[in-house]
This record gives sequence, structure tokens and C-alpha cells, in this order.
Amino acid sequence: MLERAIKGTHGYWGWLIFLLALMGLGLGCYLYQFFEGLKITGMSRDVSWGLYIGQLTYFVGVAASGVMVVLPCYLHDYKAFGRITILGEFLAVASIIMCLLFVFVDLGNPTRIMNVILYPSPNSILFWDMIVLNVYLMLNIVIGWNVLAAERKGVHYKQWIKVLIYISIPWAFSIHTVTAFLYAGIPGRHYWLTAIMAARFLSSAFCAGPALLILLCLIVRRVTTFDPGKEQIRTLAGIVTYAMIFNVFFFLLELFTAFYSQIPGHMHPIVFLFQGLQGHGNLVPWMWTAAVFAILSLVLLIVPATRRNEGTLTVACIILIIATWIDKGLGLIVGGFTPTPFHTVTDYWPTTPEMLITIGIWATGFFVLTILYKITISVKEEVAA
Amino acid sequence: MYDGGKIIIGLIIGIGLFLSPFFYNAGKAAKAPDPQLTEKAKEAQVCVGTKEYMRESHFSLLDEWRHTAVRDGERYYTAYNGKKYYKSLQVTCMDCHSNKTKFCDQCHNYLDVDPYCWDCHIVPEEKK
Amino acid sequence: MGVDRREFLKIAGYATLFGLGGKAAIDILAPGELEASMEGIPLTQGKRWSMVLDMRKCLKQQEAGKDGCKECIIACHREHNVPDWGNPMHAIKWIWQDKYEHVFPDTPNQFIDEGVRHKPFILMCNHCFNPPCVRVCPTQATFKRDDGIVSMDMHRCIGCRFCMAACPYGSRSFNWGDPRKAPKELNPDYPTNPAYPERSMGVVEKCNFCVELVAKGEFPACVQACDKIKVNALNFGDLDAPESNVRKLLREHYTIRRKPALGTEPNLFYII
Repeated sequence: MLERAIKGTHGYWGWLIFLLALMGLGLGCYLYQFFEGLKITGMSRDVSWGLYIGQLTYFVGVAASGVMVVLPCYLHDYKAFGRITILGEFLAVASIIMCLLFVFVDLGNPTRIMNVILYPSPNSILFWDMIVLNVYLMLNIVIGWNVLAAERKGVHYKQWIKVLIYISIPWAFSIHTVTAFLYAGIPGRHYWLTAIMAARFLSSAFCAGPALLILLCLIVRRVTTFDPGKEQIRTLAGIVTYAMIFNVFFFLLELFTAFYSQIPGHMHPIVFLFQGLQGHGNLVPWMWTAAVFAILSLVLLIVPATRRNEGTLTVACIILIIATWIDKGLGLIVGGFTPTPFHTVTDYWPTTPEMLITIGIWATGFFVLTILYKITISVKEEVAA
Repeated sequence: MYDGGKIIIGLIIGIGLFLSPFFYNAGKAAKAPDPQLTEKAKEAQVCVGTKEYMRESHFSLLDEWRHTAVRDGERYYTAYNGKKYYKSLQVTCMDCHSNKTKFCDQCHNYLDVDPYCWDCHIVPEEKK
Repeated sequence: MGVDRREFLKIAGYATLFGLGGKAAIDILAPGELEASMEGIPLTQGKRWSMVLDMRKCLKQQEAGKDGCKECIIACHREHNVPDWGNPMHAIKWIWQDKYEHVFPDTPNQFIDEGVRHKPFILMCNHCFNPPCVRVCPTQATFKRDDGIVSMDMHRCIGCRFCMAACPYGSRSFNWGDPRKAPKELNPDYPTNPAYPERSMGVVEKCNFCVELVAKGEFPACVQACDKIKVNALNFGDLDAPESNVRKLLREHYTIRRKPALGTEPNLFYII
């Protein structure tokens, strides 16, 4: 089926070359980082994780959200999603590849990465994260590929694939729960030390991921002859709406606990993010953008007329993705490190090479996604013809 | 066979590229270098292991040293001849073998191995 | 035993003062003698190494000098080849000073005793009894030894910096760049100790309670430096031995620890 990836229009090739150029730029910056060290990033001894680990967290969520099309299809027998499950699974594949790359570029000693396997440490959540992410990647590649191959031949996929699909459903929840545990079990980082972290992660994932999938479906409909379907998009929009309501609700729960208890440790990171602390507040405009976009997207999603109109739905999805990205890909990490263990504030802002490496990895993810979607849609077009 | 000629030409080029290092290096086999001993090493006569053992397995020994010294806190090593040594590449080994270029690097270069010991461990200054 | 533990510690300490410790001591011993001598020194047999910092003595000394006192910091950073990056964002800190309010941020009190307000306290790794950094490490590059010292295996660290996120005391430093490329004008003598390794780029490091000195029966470098100027503010000893110097100090003085509510059980105690 792979050969379908090398037969495309000028637009398809242009897009791939554009992504390759970004990947090349990112790779160049990574080589610079590899030889000079992570000092070329904006990270410091006080804010020792940054954009990279934020992206890891965000895209684990996008990957997990594939389950939002798989679960209704296979557990609730919601047939309409059968048309797009592969799109969800391949989005998960591309996302996990991005996640693994983000972990890799964040390492100070990437050449020693196999130490995680050579010296397995079950007490470390990072060890489990490595396991669940890699298994989830394998599951989605195997499932997506086999289901697509069966579809091409016009036969039903094999029974053992069904077993893998059932395994993949709780596994999707596990990857984001384990990612939340990276943060939620650390003493002394108040913004992270919250039992609701995994629930927040899942809710923000299950709105951001399907919102991205809606946008991808709309693009697919526009640039190919395959239509993912009106009903499918409408159901996805419903899922996005519910998940975003939970996401905002869970955040409000955090605000209540912090500000009603008046415990300084709980309040300080939130004050830093939304108002600034000790004269440092470079994330304040970002966080308020996130807040406004979150509310706006909720309004557009909850009002039936705007949710059903694909134009306003597109806007809602875009601003929802921006809002959740700022919250999880940026604010979550920096907020966790602020204030420092000494109750001081150290600013963090990614440097240009750091951003270019990040963009390079996004481009890699979209490159993989484009090729997988190209193959999928070529098969679907061929079957339909 | 479609494009048979092109395939054969491609194969020839491919095999040629694959074998090019052999042709390039043919007849140029370098002589295995001989590690040089410093005066101090000659005088000591004994090392922490026999000459044969050290030549073949010094890296295993160093790996064991670093593991037991750093992780288990066992900082002394009893040699084959009953002598005790402080387990330290930098302090013990390099005290005698202070000529890194002639003692370590020659062979490492010959075998094209690049141990990262010296990323951290300090090389003694060599007298010219 | 004719001499109690405390005496032993003193003897060991004085031995180093007179330059008998370390490599010198080992060099003058014949094979076999070395082992015998090691057995006699209790410094190598601790079960739970800890430190009691008498801040009254320390602050008094700091106020006596015009530029304060940084003997322990200089000694430690020289012993361990700690470079100066000149940039607080990339600073490597094994032992350092910070304001009381920053060291004990959970006990703010706007009317606090002038004796401690804004006063520079000494910080280092707490060598927690229940260390979160060890818990989170994915390669066991950081680990707790049987003698309670939380140590680092630089050969194994992959530089994921999970331990830095997990440490609630800011005691861990990452090598953001190659220490050999640290500004030469700030590090004219670097590397300062030819007997101790440097670090490679991309590993995390921290105070190791001078495992390399303790193994030879010497006190940590900071303690030696403090004793050398006769301030004796830093007391290193075994918390597991009821009659040790540290246990005696803890019995006789009111001490505090940093962020005790987090359950990390620091092995560093401050006499205020």
C-alpha cells in the first residue's frame, strides 16, 4: 500500500517538500544543540523543563484522543465512525512519534537513551511512560495498517486485530494517565501536585484531539474526493463540547481549592500565570488568551446553531486547540516550576533554536500524518470507485 | 524483465560502492601499535592485572571498577598478586600510565574506538 | 573500644588537618596496612550520614569578615571541579548561600527575629532519607547508598532532568553546557582538583557528601574548611549512632529542617 504515498498531485508534493524543509531546519538546530548543549534553549536550573516537555504532554493527549473515535465505534457499535477510525489511529501514530522525538531532544545525553531499558526502574514514572507510549504506537500502527489492508481487499479484518483494538481502548487512557503521573506525584511542585491532574489531562486531550481531527476531516474533504462525513463531524463536535466543558470545569475546581483555602503554595503558580508574581509575568497575556479562547470556543460549541455550522465549528476548533495548547503545552510546565523552591521567580521563554527544533518535530509529525492519510484516502477512494 | 539494463547497471554501482572501502584500504594494513610504558610503569613491573588480561580486558575491569566504586562504595581492589589498589582510572591508572597518547590513544585509534572516559576524567599533562 | 565515636571522628578530622588524609595517607601505607587502617576509621562505617549546621557560629563568622565567609563553598567547589558559568540560569551549585526567607520559604513571618532576617544560610543537598529524586530517576543514575548518602552515577545519567523537577530543594544542577567550555576568565584554575573527575555535558550533578573523602576516612571538604578556620559550624556524623556528634547536638539544641511537611526526611539540620 506504501506505493500510494509516492503518487500525488503537485500540491501534495509541495506540502511534503515544505515539511521536509522545516524538518531540515529543525535538524540543523538540533545538531547545534547536540554539540553545544541545552544551554542554547531558554531552560535553566530553575525552569529545567520547557517547550519540549510541554509538547510531549500535549501530543500524548492528542494521541490518546484517538480512542474517542475507536471507543464509540467498537464498544458502542456506532457504525458511522467506522469511516474515520483509521484517521484517528493514524493521528495517534503521528502524535506518538512527535512525543518520542520531543523526549529525545530534551535529553542531555541522548546517546545513552537505551539506559532506560538497560537499567529498568519501575519506581520511575518515566520508565512506564516509555513503555505505554511505545506499546500504544505499535498497537495503532498494527491496527490501522491491518484494518486498512482488509478494507482494500474488501474483507473483514482478522479476529486478532479485534483483540488488539479492545486492548488499545484502555491503553489510550493509560498513556495520558501515566503522563499526568509524571507531574502529579512530585512533592513541592504545587501546580502539579493535584489528584485531578490525570482527569484534567484526559478531558483536555479528549477535546483538543477530536477538535484537531475535525479540522483534518474538513481538510481531507476539501483536498480529496473522500468525505469523512457530516454525521461523523457532528458527533465529533459533540464529543469536543462535552470534553471541553469537563476541561474548564476541572480547571475551575483547581481555582476553588487554591483560592478558597488561601494556601500560598497553591495560589502562587496560578497568580504567576494570570497576574504575574514578583514582577515576572511574561505568560500573563498568553494565559488570558487561553482563557478567553476557551470560553469563546465553549460558547460556539454549546450553541447548537454554531456547533452545526461547519464554518463556526472550524473557528471553535481552532481557538480551542490554541487555548488547550497554551494551557498544557506552555503554562503547565512553567507554572509547575514557578515559584522556584526558594520562592523566587525565574523567567522562561524558548529561544529561536528551541522553537525551530519544536517546529521541526511538528513538521515531522505532519509529514508522517500526511503520508499515512494519503495512503488511507487513496485506498478509500479506490474502494469507493 | 523490464528495464533490465538499468537494474544491472544499478546493481554494479551499488556493489561497487559497497566494496569501495576494501579497495580504498587494500594493501595499506597499518601495523598494530605497541603501547609504550613510562619509566614509572617499567619500574613498577606489575599492574593491577597480568599483561595479557590488561591487554584484552582492561575495559571490563574499568567498567567493573566504576560500577563498584561509584555505586557500591567499594573503592579498593585486590589484584591477582594480593596487592591493594585504589580504584581510580584518573588517580591510579594514569599515575603510572601518564602517557595517554602513547599508551591509550594509539591502540584506540588503530581499533577506531572512542571511549568517553576522557570527557570527564582528567588526562595527566604529558612531558614532550 | 577505648575511644568513643566522637573521638574517632575528631582524630580522623585532625589527621586530615595535618595533611595525613587522602591520597597521601594511602600512598605511605604498604599493601595490607591500608585495609587495616580503613577498618579502624568509623567514618567509613556510617549508616545514616547527616549534617548539623550551627548557623549561630556560621553567621557570626560571616559577619566578622568584610565579605562574609565562603570557605566551605570555595573548598567544595575546588575539590569537585565545579565550574563558574557566570550565569545564574546555568549555575552549578553543590553548596551555596541564600537568604533565610528563601531557604525556609514556608515559615514566613514579617516580624521575624533580626538575627535571621535576610541572613545568608548555607544550603546543600539534604541527602533525604526518602529522596524523591531517587524515586523518579529512570536509570537509577541517582541512588541512595547504604550509608544514607544520595549519590550520582554520572556514567549513567541520561540528562532527563526528572530529578530536578522532583527535588523540592533546588539542590540539583544540570550541565547545560560542557564544563570545559565554561568562561576561562571566571575559571582560571579549572580543573582545580586533578584527583577528581570533571563532568560531561548533559548530566545532572549535586553534592555527594564527599563520598570519595568519606571512603578514605576524611570529613567532607566543607566540614574540613570550616574546621580549619576554627568555626566548626558544620558537624558531619552518623545519625544512626546514638552517641554520635550529630545525635548529641540534636539532643541538646532545637533544630529545623527544610520543608519537613513534604516527607522527604532531610538529613540536614539547622541550629538557628
